[in-house]
Amino acid sequence: MAHIELKNVSKSYGTGKDRVEILKNINLKIEEGEFVAIVGFSGSGKTTLIKMLAGLEFPDEGEVLYKGEPITGPSHERGLIFQNYSLLPWLNVRSNVGMAVKERFKDWSKDKLKKRVEDYVGMVGLSHAINKLPKALSGGMRQRVSVTRALSMSPDVILMDEPLSALDALTRGTLQDEILSIWGKDKRTALLITNDVDEGIYMADRIIPLRPGPKATLGPVFDVNIDRPRDKTALNSDDNFKKLRNSITAYLIKIGEERAKDITKEYHLPELKPILKSKLFQGTRV
Amino acid sequence: MKDKIINVLRFIGLGFFEPAVRLAAGEDVKKNLTALFQKVFFPIISIFLFMILWNVGAKKLYNVEKDFKIESARASKGEAGVTAELARIESGESTVNSLPAPKAVWSAFKNLLADHKAISVKKKAFKERVAKTNEKREAQGLAAITYTGRPSFVDQIKTSLWTVFCGFILALLLAVPIGMLLGLSETLRSSVNWLIQIFKPVSPVVWFLLVYMIVKTLTLSYDGDVSFIISFIAVGLCAMWATLVNTTLGVSSVDNDFINVAKVLNLSVGQKVFKIVLPSAFPLIFTGLRITVSVAWMVLIAIELLSQSPGLGTFVWEEFQNGANDSNAKIIAAMFVIGIIGFMLDRIMFSIQKLVTFTEQ
Ligand SMILES: Nc1ncnc2c1ncn2[C@@H]1O[C@H](COP(=O)(O)OP(=O)(O)OP(=O)(O)O)[C@@H](O)[C@H]1O
Ligand SMILES: [Mg+2]
Repeated sequence: MAHIELKNVSKSYGTGKDRVEILKNINLKIEEGEFVAIVGFSGSGKTTLIKMLAGLEFPDEGEVLYKGEPITGPSHERGLIFQNYSLLPWLNVRSNVGMAVKERFKDWSKDKLKKRVEDYVGMVGLSHAINKLPKALSGGMRQRVSVTRALSMSPDVILMDEPLSALDALTRGTLQDEILSIWGKDKRTALLITNDVDEGIYMADRIIPLRPGPKATLGPVFDVNIDRPRDKTALNSDDNFKKLRNSITAYLIKIGEERAKDITKEYHLPELKPILKSKLFQGTRV
Repeated sequence: MKDKIINVLRFIGLGFFEPAVRLAAGEDVKKNLTALFQKVFFPIISIFLFMILWNVGAKKLYNVEKDFKIESARASKGEAGVTAELARIESGESTVNSLPAPKAVWSAFKNLLADHKAISVKKKAFKERVAKTNEKREAQGLAAITYTGRPSFVDQIKTSLWTVFCGFILALLLAVPIGMLLGLSETLRSSVNWLIQIFKPVSPVVWFLLVYMIVKTLTLSYDGDVSFIISFIAVGLCAMWATLVNTTLGVSSVDNDFINVAKVLNLSVGQKVFKIVLPSAFPLIFTGLRITVSVAWMVLIAIELLSQSPGLGTFVWEEFQNGANDSNAKIIAAMFVIGIIGFMLDRIMFSIQKLVTFTEQ
């Protein structure tokens, strides 16, 4: 039995005329302990896909299974790293992470909880900023807090929605290794959404492209047959790696061009509805 | 030191003094001088202009009324009447009750303070006089004798502030919990929406009458200060709507991202409300509370006036009824005091708001 399974999953937003089918007939099996990366274009439905696995959204058709059971809601077993960090702006780093740890390990003593929070914040190199509010952190720092908040709950499945996109190459590398070591430790399952093919190859066992929407489907699976632990510098001169990267890139370019053709052929623009972030906090102050 | 002062000034919302502080510290003279001109110098000029305009206007109005009196004296009694009327105006026997000039208001204000001092002295003397008797009365289980003389202007201010405070607390205790419930439950919200929409625009006077009807009946057998109870309840009910509506809005429109965090962390309902929903609604709730305080202070005068509960409203009304030579000046002095206190209350709320709310980014 697969650890995670999507069976003929379709998902749409909106109703009536505004209804848009985002995902169509998605089939995916992830075995326990596997590390799968999904690459795809912006707006194709990657976040929608991972939200269904987290239990924040539900499919219109088909089934999303965790250990063979349909997912009915979020659970501590599946940790999600949000694409937009989603830190609580009124809590400092310690409390943002602490809140997650406390929820997860309800019977732990105060000292034990405190130590875990400090360990995990230290792991992403933010010990010096542990008492700061999110607004005092850079984008990359916030992303690291968001990563460590999810990891500190030691979920069985780590769901990552472009978790490292705002980081510089150096921090990115460190965090990639950090995630890999946590994943490898207790044989967890991981799903990584990324826009960086190299990152996918470095981290994952399989890479699956998500074709552009609407009605996005998964493309062919690219297996990464490179032994672990992988070495970044050695990887760059590895023939296997180069070949794999070339074929994935070629595939992405091909579907990208097809999409461009589709757009020119039909020549109708989608009704754009910008998703505006709540204006409340800048809102009416008298 | 300098930065500390600036931070304090900024915090209490008096940031416009910042350039003066920076200038005093000899920092970037040209830039701060411009800022000083803009933020301090021009406002001072505008105050002067206001004073001049007021003075000129007051003189004009005074003359209009004086001329009218003289002309009517001339019409009824001829030239002799004019001289007599002029003498009467001079001696203050015949009052020209028009808009008082700034100078008159200032001296009225000083008189009010002097009056306060005199009354305080009297009060103290009275207290000393009855101290022994009160001790005895207390031993016998009787109520102490208290000073029942006329309250001074400062006493009226204190009473008014106390009424507003009680009204504000009442508004807070009613509006925030109810607003939270309404914000959390869409059903509740839509079922009582009509009530809110109807009661929100009701005038303070009507609120007062409504509260009067109810409280009067409920306190038939109570011999305490009913007029105070009525006025603070009316103030609270008038002022609570901004907080109620803002709390409802804040609680019902929490950012979806935060709700998702609560879901992913599997927070319990209580945790979700107190750790996610309430903090994220805080900025709006406090904006509401700030409006509530200003509204409370604004309607207070009218309500005190109606309820005959002591305070600035009653003071203003009594002075108006009084019609003495300096009554109008006292009313204007009270107006400025009311305005300045209102401004300070708003600054206080602003500082508290800053202290307890976060800002994104
Ligand atoms: N709650 C929602 N209601 C309506 N439409 C939505 C909602 N969430 C997403 N969409 C739409 O679904 C499509 C896919 O969104 P999604 O966020 O899954 O894309 P994505 O692949 O994660 O994009 P990106 O790489 O930019 O993060 C977009 O066109 C978006 O406008
Ligand atoms: Mg996304």
